[in-house]
Amino acid sequence: MPKNPNVKKVLVIGSGPIVIGQAAEFDYAGTQACRSLKEEGVEVVLVNSNPATIMTDKNIADRVYIEPLTVKVLEQLIEKEKPDSILPTLGGQAGLNLGMELEESGFLKSHNVTLLGTTATTIKKAEDRQEFKDTMEKIGEPCAASLVVENVEDGVAFTNTIGYPVVLRPAYTLGGSGGGIAHNQAELEEILENGLRLSRVGQVLVERCIAGWKEIEYEVMRDSAGNCITVCNMENIDPVGVHTGDSIVVAPSQTLGDKEYQMLRTAALNIIDELQITGGCNVQFALHPTSFEYCVIEVNPRVSRSSALASKATGYPIAKVAAKIALGYTLDEIKNAITGKTYASFEPTLDYCVVKMPRLPFDKFITAKRTLTTQMKATGEVMSICNNFEGALMKALRSLEQHVDSLMSYDFSEYSVEDLKERLQIVDDQRIFIIAEAIRKGMDYETIHDITKVDIWFIDKIAILVEMEQELKNSNLTVELLKEAKRLEFPDSVIAKLTGKSETEIRQMRYDNGIVAAFKMVDTCAAEFEAATPYYYSVFGSENEAVETRPEKKVLVLGSGPIRIGQGVEFDYCSVHATWAFSKAGYETIIVNNNPETVSTDFDIADKLYFEPLTPEDVENIVRLEKPDGAVVQFGGQTAIKLTESLMKMGVPILGTKAEDVDAAEDRELFDKILEETGIPRAAGGTVYTAEEAKEVANRLGYPVLVRPSYVLGGQGMQIALNDAEIEEFMAVINRYAQDHPILVDKYLQGKELEVDAVCDGTDILIPGIMEHIERTGVHSGDSISVYPAPTISDKVRETIAEYSRRLAKALHVIGLINIQFIAMGDEVYVIEVNPRSSRTVPYISKVTGIPIVDLATEVIIGKKIRDLGYEPGLQPRADYFAIKMPVFSFEKIRGAEISLGPEMKSTGECLGIAESFDEALYKAFLGAGIDLPKHKQLIITVKDADKGEAIEIGRRFEKLGYTIYATRSTAKALKDAGVAARKVNKIQQESPTVMDLLLGHRIDLVIDTPTQGRDKSRDGFLIRRTAIETGVNCLTSLDTANALLTSLENGKKEKLNLIDIATI
Amino acid sequence: MKAFLILEDGTVFEGTHIGADKEVISEIVFNTSMAGYLEVLTDPSYAGQAVCMTYPLIGNYGICREDMESRKIWPDGFIVRELSRIPSNFRCNATIQDVLCEYDIPGIAGIDTRALTKILREKGTMNGMITTHEPTDLELIKEKLKAYTVGNVVDIVTCEQKYSLKGSSDLSENGPISGSAKYTGEKEMRPSLVRALNGAGKKVVLLDLGAKDNIARNLVQRGCDVTVYPARTSAEEILADQPDGIMLSNGPGDPKTCTVVIENIKKLYESNVPIFAICLGHQLMALATGADTYKMKYGHRGGNHPVKDLATGRVYISSQNHGYVVDMERLDPSIATPAFVNVNDGTCEGLAYTGKNIFTVQFHPEACPGPQDSGYLFDRFIQMMEVEKDA
Repeated sequence: MPKNPNVKKVLVIGSGPIVIGQAAEFDYAGTQACRSLKEEGVEVVLVNSNPATIMTDKNIADRVYIEPLTVKVLEQLIEKEKPDSILPTLGGQAGLNLGMELEESGFLKSHNVTLLGTTATTIKKAEDRQEFKDTMEKIGEPCAASLVVENVEDGVAFTNTIGYPVVLRPAYTLGGSGGGIAHNQAELEEILENGLRLSRVGQVLVERCIAGWKEIEYEVMRDSAGNCITVCNMENIDPVGVHTGDSIVVAPSQTLGDKEYQMLRTAALNIIDELQITGGCNVQFALHPTSFEYCVIEVNPRVSRSSALASKATGYPIAKVAAKIALGYTLDEIKNAITGKTYASFEPTLDYCVVKMPRLPFDKFITAKRTLTTQMKATGEVMSICNNFEGALMKALRSLEQHVDSLMSYDFSEYSVEDLKERLQIVDDQRIFIIAEAIRKGMDYETIHDITKVDIWFIDKIAILVEMEQELKNSNLTVELLKEAKRLEFPDSVIAKLTGKSETEIRQMRYDNGIVAAFKMVDTCAAEFEAATPYYYSVFGSENEAVETRPEKKVLVLGSGPIRIGQGVEFDYCSVHATWAFSKAGYETIIVNNNPETVSTDFDIADKLYFEPLTPEDVENIVRLEKPDGAVVQFGGQTAIKLTESLMKMGVPILGTKAEDVDAAEDRELFDKILEETGIPRAAGGTVYTAEEAKEVANRLGYPVLVRPSYVLGGQGMQIALNDAEIEEFMAVINRYAQDHPILVDKYLQGKELEVDAVCDGTDILIPGIMEHIERTGVHSGDSISVYPAPTISDKVRETIAEYSRRLAKALHVIGLINIQFIAMGDEVYVIEVNPRSSRTVPYISKVTGIPIVDLATEVIIGKKIRDLGYEPGLQPRADYFAIKMPVFSFEKIRGAEISLGPEMKSTGECLGIAESFDEALYKAFLGAGIDLPKHKQLIITVKDADKGEAIEIGRRFEKLGYTIYATRSTAKALKDAGVAARKVNKIQQESPTVMDLLLGHRIDLVIDTPTQGRDKSRDGFLIRRTAIETGVNCLTSLDTANALLTSLENGKKEKLNLIDIATI
Repeated sequence: MKAFLILEDGTVFEGTHIGADKEVISEIVFNTSMAGYLEVLTDPSYAGQAVCMTYPLIGNYGICREDMESRKIWPDGFIVRELSRIPSNFRCNATIQDVLCEYDIPGIAGIDTRALTKILREKGTMNGMITTHEPTDLELIKEKLKAYTVGNVVDIVTCEQKYSLKGSSDLSENGPISGSAKYTGEKEMRPSLVRALNGAGKKVVLLDLGAKDNIARNLVQRGCDVTVYPARTSAEEILADQPDGIMLSNGPGDPKTCTVVIENIKKLYESNVPIFAICLGHQLMALATGADTYKMKYGHRGGNHPVKDLATGRVYISSQNHGYVVDMERLDPSIATPAFVNVNDGTCEGLAYTGKNIFTVQFHPEACPGPQDSGYLFDRFIQMMEVEKDA
């Protein structure tokens, strides 16, 4: 069936801010889909509140709205833009829910808008627990015994009939929010109550627990003619019980015979056919490990995280094909872009093995529970490809960038066999290392399998890796042994450690014996057809098939690896734009990255894609083959920057700012010298390695001080210390990992925090604008509300910042991007830090000023001057809009995480509020972040003593808005003394009613809780904050944020928002 | 022990020896299925060939003997990238190494199977030798390799005597329906059919040209009584049994070598008994009715080929295993017209015979290994027998 001629203008809904369970994969899917629609001549209107995404670029869609994703906003947008169709299946659960609401309310019908890609009936059949169950029953596909309940009593009664344990799944939530496994009535009641509240429709599915079964997924495509194919199947190494987003996943399935494989494949096709899905769909099964019994776990009637993974694992562009199907094409009409010979109706077949590992945020939230459950906790993931499973696993491990390079990276050698048996019961991110240790201690496969339910095939593969460790340690390193170790993807560094040789010796021995990496192609067809797309992965012991090219100019762009807190999708935005800009300038471009969720790892972004770990050795393999004329590291976050030195040793010129200048910005002494020379003040401080030295510096400067490691992103490990004891605590945390770089101790200055991103060509500097943070210093810039243009600074401060930026960029010989953070105290400006590279705010500032700074930076790196590019150097005039970037957190997903804001970044994503007035922009920003108040007009205030004064003013303003204020004893007293009506409420351990009772009563809009310093988990404040988050109550830990919210509330709810097309800026 | 795979073009792959300790010369082909290696090994259509699996990890779930598609292993040799050290599956009762030795089949592991596949893709299917002797005189070996032909292997793979299978009585009103809870929890496979027709009481002759067991199983599951005949059975003998329908099975080798069978099929064609043919059977029916076949460069072997039903426009993913194909250019539309085509390369995947109750397909609706999407064709066959009987 050819394209539907009635589809001319399509509204595509994005997925909003990045949160756990809904991450960069939707930028990838959305971007691919928009390009695919535009290719067909369709006008694309895009809406997404997330400014860090590539999909919100004006070259991706025709009209771009970075607006809050609410029904109201979408209705106004539809009225304004009058699209004929809406495509909601590419924006994750958020997009799908919005599409559903618009359809259900009749709005789409009354505005003659067609829902593309799926129908409301389909979505309901797949998403509504009861309808789904009924549908499965109708076509004879088994589900685990279950009941949808709307109250706790029914849940308990039902569970008593089917027995514990049971799994709880709230309807219409993403990433399994609020779900869990209950082993007894107490747990059931707790999880159920929480889940009922989080569900959009107040429903939770109580289900027979099938934990321990194999978890298998199929990615399925179906077109409007009913043609179906499966793109790929995947097997979770972690059996049912761990969210697939947190599981180690392998593609294709490894332990299924053709009988099981086809049984589930046929079931998946039956399901998609019955649901009448047009587009992509993900079906999850639980398969009994010792029978053919299976259960359908769930179906996602849209593109998903798994479909992004399947796309990268096979080379089959699911989102692109889904978009074409939405326009009316059938699978046999859509060409497979990889082969150019086959069609989208051809099922990919793999001749390699893919392993995905989750990037979990426990290094950020050290107090959080590391246990993995049905609620997803990973912020991102890595994927690796090899022609053997062991190699793929080893590559995935080192791609994580979590100080892990082998199965020995966590040391459990102290554990006895009994300890290990105990420890194996715990399902957490370290389980695979525990399994390895159990094998080292001689535990048999059956015992490990009985406890973990991990299939013995995988256990044996882990054993093969363990045996290799032992062989390397105990025997002579022969050429044969080295060959085998490399085939299993042991890095040279690990082989060196185990054999007691140096890395250089190992590398030499490899080269002497021709043991070098070969590159194979991902071609969707296992070499059956010649493929046109250079998408490569490395293996050892095979023939190289990567085609050597010798273009005039060739550049290596290093990606930013897995999405983690502090290094998000923003850096992928930068990498992709840099690649496009290099391409435009006539370069052959090569991207190296390992993140399957990103646009940069789409096979048609760069001329060549190497899906590889970003370690020096892995990159060197590529460099030896490709011999690029230069590498660019300033766009790939810290991941790429860390490779600078290694690249230089390989003889690859670093394009743009030189490595020694990057060092000068990070090295305390060198940087101090530059500041002195340029006459720029900064907070006094010193460099230290040990706690003793740190205490000495701190006492010299006087507390409070800021403690932080150098060469990190997102303020990892950064803390404000108030006394010697805290210094000791923080230093211990930082020094858990070997530090190659010193630790910085600075006097803590409290002032207004300001930030610029700029492009420098060595002579001139272009500053698109100055951003001001709402939260004062001490809160990480990534967690602060950021306002452009800076609303409260004087012209003098503005000029000083422009001048300091110019001096710093020049002194550091910056060629390309630079990010500088300042503190202003009155008219005095201090520099906090300088990063001669791209930053988190680059996409945001580019979009709201209309100045494409990554493209400009790339041009400058190539050798152009700012003046040649049509820009007048210096600080650019302020835009006509206020654009406010609001951080978004995922605290509810991570049990036990401390939510109070501090110098270490904690947000997972961001959204934007853009408007002509500051107030409207602020309102939009809060709305986009999901803070839509007032609701019940009740709040709780509990602040530390130092904040009591400011809290009074805040209390007064809330009172004026008609809020009932509850406060803990001393806060209440302070408020009352100042004439603010506040009701005293007891602390947790006191008698009822306490703060806890109030929160659990679900009548509270907001908690304002400023924490006393320190990380004591048992403190009241911590519990109050956690309870607030877990019961879905907004919780603010900075009074500045509270003031901003008040400003927004005082201006009232905006019924009619002025929606701004970013493409016109 | 070291092993070598030597190709007709002089390429030598060095790997590790697996299976029986013997040297073979055979035609080297590749299969792109990611699972189902036992079904491949026991598919009689591979007689006279050595198979290379493009998926690199083979043997992961071991051997479940009940999944064998015929009485033995047929390929002359087995070529894999990596053989799993341990098998893991609840039904597993042997390893690949066990069965290769049992049926005296040699093999080679540890070679770059992707590089081999690329050679076969670019230069076309060629002969090769699997040996544990280091090749010294490559020219001599090449001579020997060039001389090898698959020959008429149908006579080797077909059954010796006719035998009968009684139709399943475990049918609901409309035939077997999948998904009922009674199958779950047992070690038995749930039938993969969604809703199949009831063919109870139908007498079907299956001409065994190297049939996979799942062809008969599909008919039996639908209630048909199946009699399996050796390949060279005369048309007269078959028709004397008064079957309601005739199935021509898949099988190995060049269809043009099956001259006797072709002569018999000519008579079956004239008989007006409904006929459904698969793979080799499809090619032989074409040859018997004046069409032509030719050898493809490297064939279709795998479980992911899209075929389009020209009558409905629907596309199905099919299981395939063939090196020869019917020449669509030279069809006489008064005799047969294309019914299915391959979406990728446009080759013939099925024919509808004009004015006859005969339809034939190149792919494998019986699956095993591979997708079960086209299993509905067995229903079409039953329907055809129904109509004929009513008439």
